This record gives sequence, structure tokens and C-alpha cells, in this order.
Amino acid sequence: MRSKIFEKTSVLFIGAYRVWLRNALVFRKNIRVNLLPPFIEPLLYLGAIGFGIGAYITDIEGLPYVRFIAPAILAASVMNASFFECAYGTYVRMYYQKTFDALLATPITIQEVILGEIFWGATRGLISALSISIILLLLGLASPAGLLLALPLSFVAGLLFSGIAACFSAVSPSIDTISYPATLFIAPMFLFSGTFFPLHLLPQIVQVLALIFLPLTHVVSLTRGLLTESTDPLWALNITWIVLGTIVFSFLAIRLFERRLIV
Amino acid sequence: MEPYVIEATGLTKRYRDLTAVNSIAFSVTKGELFGFLGPNGAGKTTTMKMVQCVSPRSGGVLKIFGEDPEIFGRNIRRRIGVVPQETNLDPDLSVFDNLAMYARFFDITPADAAKRAQNLLEFFELETKKDTIIEKLSGGMKRRLLLARALMNNPDLLILDEPTIGLDPQARHHIWEKLLKLRAEGHTIVLTTHYLDEAARLCDRLVIMDQGTILVEGSPDALVRTYIGMDIVETDNTEEVTRYLDSVGISYEIGGETIQIRTSTPREQADRLMERFQSIRVITRPGSLEDVFLLLTGRRIRE
Repeated sequence: MRSKIFEKTSVLFIGAYRVWLRNALVFRKNIRVNLLPPFIEPLLYLGAIGFGIGAYITDIEGLPYVRFIAPAILAASVMNASFFECAYGTYVRMYYQKTFDALLATPITIQEVILGEIFWGATRGLISALSISIILLLLGLASPAGLLLALPLSFVAGLLFSGIAACFSAVSPSIDTISYPATLFIAPMFLFSGTFFPLHLLPQIVQVLALIFLPLTHVVSLTRGLLTESTDPLWALNITWIVLGTIVFSFLAIRLFERRLIV
Repeated sequence: MEPYVIEATGLTKRYRDLTAVNSIAFSVTKGELFGFLGPNGAGKTTTMKMVQCVSPRSGGVLKIFGEDPEIFGRNIRRRIGVVPQETNLDPDLSVFDNLAMYARFFDITPADAAKRAQNLLEFFELETKKDTIIEKLSGGMKRRLLLARALMNNPDLLILDEPTIGLDPQARHHIWEKLLKLRAEGHTIVLTTHYLDEAARLCDRLVIMDQGTILVEGSPDALVRTYIGMDIVETDNTEEVTRYLDSVGISYEIGGETIQIRTSTPREQADRLMERFQSIRVITRPGSLEDVFLLLTGRRIRE
């Protein structure tokens, strides 16, 4: 019994890996244009908000402002890279390029396709995390050991945001409607997750809502802990939310795509 | 031992408010080129999706290689090659990379895949396009590449959904030539089409479908013999002509601007018409699959 489950799981992950590999190959074909945003965007935020506006802001929790927002910029770009890959990228592959149809004519199953997509989205997040880590390291804005530990965290966070995005992609009637979650969910999350100011400045009820509904809060809090070598008292809650959310949203995404595509 | 490559009885596909395929039965034997002919919305593509193991059936029995697609879908797909109606090649990849990438999903080693891709590119006369990006290919080349891709896993069954849709005559003939060559090599091929010349030229056996059911089954020649059996005289649809035909008791069929008369004496009928009406267009021709098709499915436009 146990070996049967093991066998099934390994088949699932081999299939997902092949889907991942397909996306990676396409990514590599356009690598120059693909690698530009993850390097440029964080530099813009660090420059304008961190060093620019930050010059007028006093230290937050004993940290210069730019060091306070550096971990948040890392976490937010993982979110953006993963979310947009599995929202728009996945939708384009499913609907416009008919890549899923091509894959489903092979021994690959829909579960493997979606799992591969989510792993690929997380990989995009990791690529963003890596490029920002290099920038933060060069600017001396984070501890090297902390950055090293932030990479696996970024990958798991990438899985979470990819899973969430895949759910939206699966139920979106057209590519235009994906901008609803992008502007109503991702954009506010980017601003109100303890990214540019500490969460405790908000009214208590908003803090609680942020902790429940904005997963970026948890990712920012853990990343900030690692990069500034401090610990947030809620670290166990942060980890639990991210792990459970990853599992729940991945399964949900697979289920929703099955419902959409297996007709 | 597999008696049939595909065997279906009572095969049905229902969507919420629509029965797309309504209890059809057919079987395809090894080495056969089998066609599904029918107007748009007849249920051909839906049937193909069930055979490809991507769409679960709502009722009836379906066996591919003697196995149930719902249980052995993955194993069956391993032995099938599919040419879809809509191009789903990877636009960012080269011709060769498209084939090599596809092979990976079938557990084919990169070395074997490279060899096989090379052979197939030669067979489909695409070897000079090996490193070309998909966007730069013509419609005919894309179709040939889709065919090459479908053959990467050396399938026991090749499924083609409208293989020559949207192609110019040269490209169509090229595809036909390749399909006949594949049939000669012993491949089992199933195709859907709404081109009658294509079905007549390629298929060993075919079914004509309409509104989810199979109307007839047989070889193209046998169908023409059974349902038309005679030659056709075609002439202009004018009031004088119909009045005359009615008066002498000749049965005819109206198709828009033309009138068709099925007859075993086409020459005489044509002469009589031309004698009576000087400035009229009269054509005689042998009955074709198209006549069978229109006879069975009617002339109403399908949306």
C-alpha cells in the first residue's frame, strides 16, 4: 500500500518536472528579456523609496528605513513574479497557445500539468529572489547568511502565490478578468502587508484581517526576520499559514483546472 | 491479441443541455484508414476527444487497444499520436526543439528523440527548417510538423482532426501523399474531415455523422453506389425547367441555383434539356461522396 502511494507520487512529480522543464526551456530562449525586470524593479524601489523617501524617515524598530523595506521588496517581488506567471502565463499557455492540449495528448495528466505550472511559477519567484539577493548583498543591506536562508523560503512562498494565481487562472472567463485579483488582491497586499510600514501602525482589526487574508504579511515577516537577524513573535503562525496555504491552494488549483478542462 | 484498435458501442457524450454524441457504434481495425465525415457540430471532434482519452464518455462502451480509456488513459495515450485541429506547437521553440521537447513526455531518451526527429523531418521535407522558429513556418509546414510530432512516439494509432483545414491545394496534396505513405507502412489512422474529396481519396472506410449520430458506414465507393448509384445531371434552377421536369415526371433535387437529376442515362437527359432550353447550362458527372453527404445530411447551413 505504502509503496503504491509512493509510486503514484513519484510518477506525478516526474510528470510535473517534465512540464516544468518545458517552461524552463521556453524561458531560456528569451532569457535576456526575462531577467531584466527582476533586476531593475527592486533597484527602482530601493532607490526611490528606500534611499529617497527613506532619507526623511526615522529608523523603524532600530533599523534604517532602507534596511527595513529591503526584505519586503524581496518578498513582494517573489509574490509578483510567481503570481503573474501562474495567472497570466498559465492562462496564455492554456487558452492561447493550447499548450495544455498538446501536453494532454501525451501520457501527461492534468494534475501533472498544473503541478508543473505551480513549480514553474515558484521558480520564477526564486529567480527574482536570487537577483534581488545579489543586489542587497552588493549594497550591504542584508546579512549573507540570512539571504541564503531566505532563498528556500522564497521558493515555498512562490509555490503559495503560484497556487493562488492558478486558482484565479482556472476560473477566469477571459484574460482580462485576471486583472481583478491583480488589482483588488495583489496590489493592496503589496502595500498593506507590513511592507513599507510596520503592521502595528494599523488599527488592530486591520492587523488581524491582514494576518488572515494577506499571505504576503507572513512572507514579509519571516523574510525580515532572516535578513535583519531578528525574530517576529508570530513566526510559527507565519510558517503554518504559508505551508497550509500552499497545500490547500495547490489542490484547489488542480481541482478547478480539472473542472474547467476535463469536459 | 487485440481484435480492434478502437471499438465503440452505444458511445454517448452529454453536456449539460446538449447530447453531442448520441449512442454511436463503430470499430477500427489495424492498418485501416478510417474517416469521420460530417458537417460542423456533428460530433466528430467530441468523438475524437473521447478516443484520445482526454474527455470522459457519458455512456456506452469504448475500448482502445482493448482497454477502457477511463482506467488506462495514460497507457493508451502513450500509444496514440494526435494531430489537433488547431495548431498547438510551441511558438517560442524551433522546429527541432518542438519535436525533442514532445518526446520527453513519452519517456524517449534525448538521443533517440534526436534520431527520430531527424528521420521525421526528412520524411516530411522539413529538414532545412530544423532550426527555424515556428512563427516563420507556412500553414502547410506547421501541419506537417504537427504530423511529425504526432509520430515521435511511434504510435499504434494516429488521430487527425481536420488535417488539411485552411491549407492551399498544394499543401493539401502534400499531406495526403504523406498520409497514404503512412497507411502503406501499416499505420492505423483515424481522421475527421468535412472535405468530401479528402474522405473519398484517403479513407478505406468511413462513417457519415450528423447531429451526434452515425448515418451510414462503408467504403467511399460502396456508399456512392448504394446511395446515388447513378450519374448526376446538373442544370440551372429556373421555373421553366422545374415546370418541364414536373410535367414529364422526372424527379430532381434543388440545391440553390442548380437542379440535380439522378439518372442512369445522363447523356440522353442532358440532350433533352439542351434541346428544349437553348441558353441553359447542363453538366453531367458521376455521383460522388458529396452527393451522398448532401442527400443524407441535407443542405441546411450549419452554424
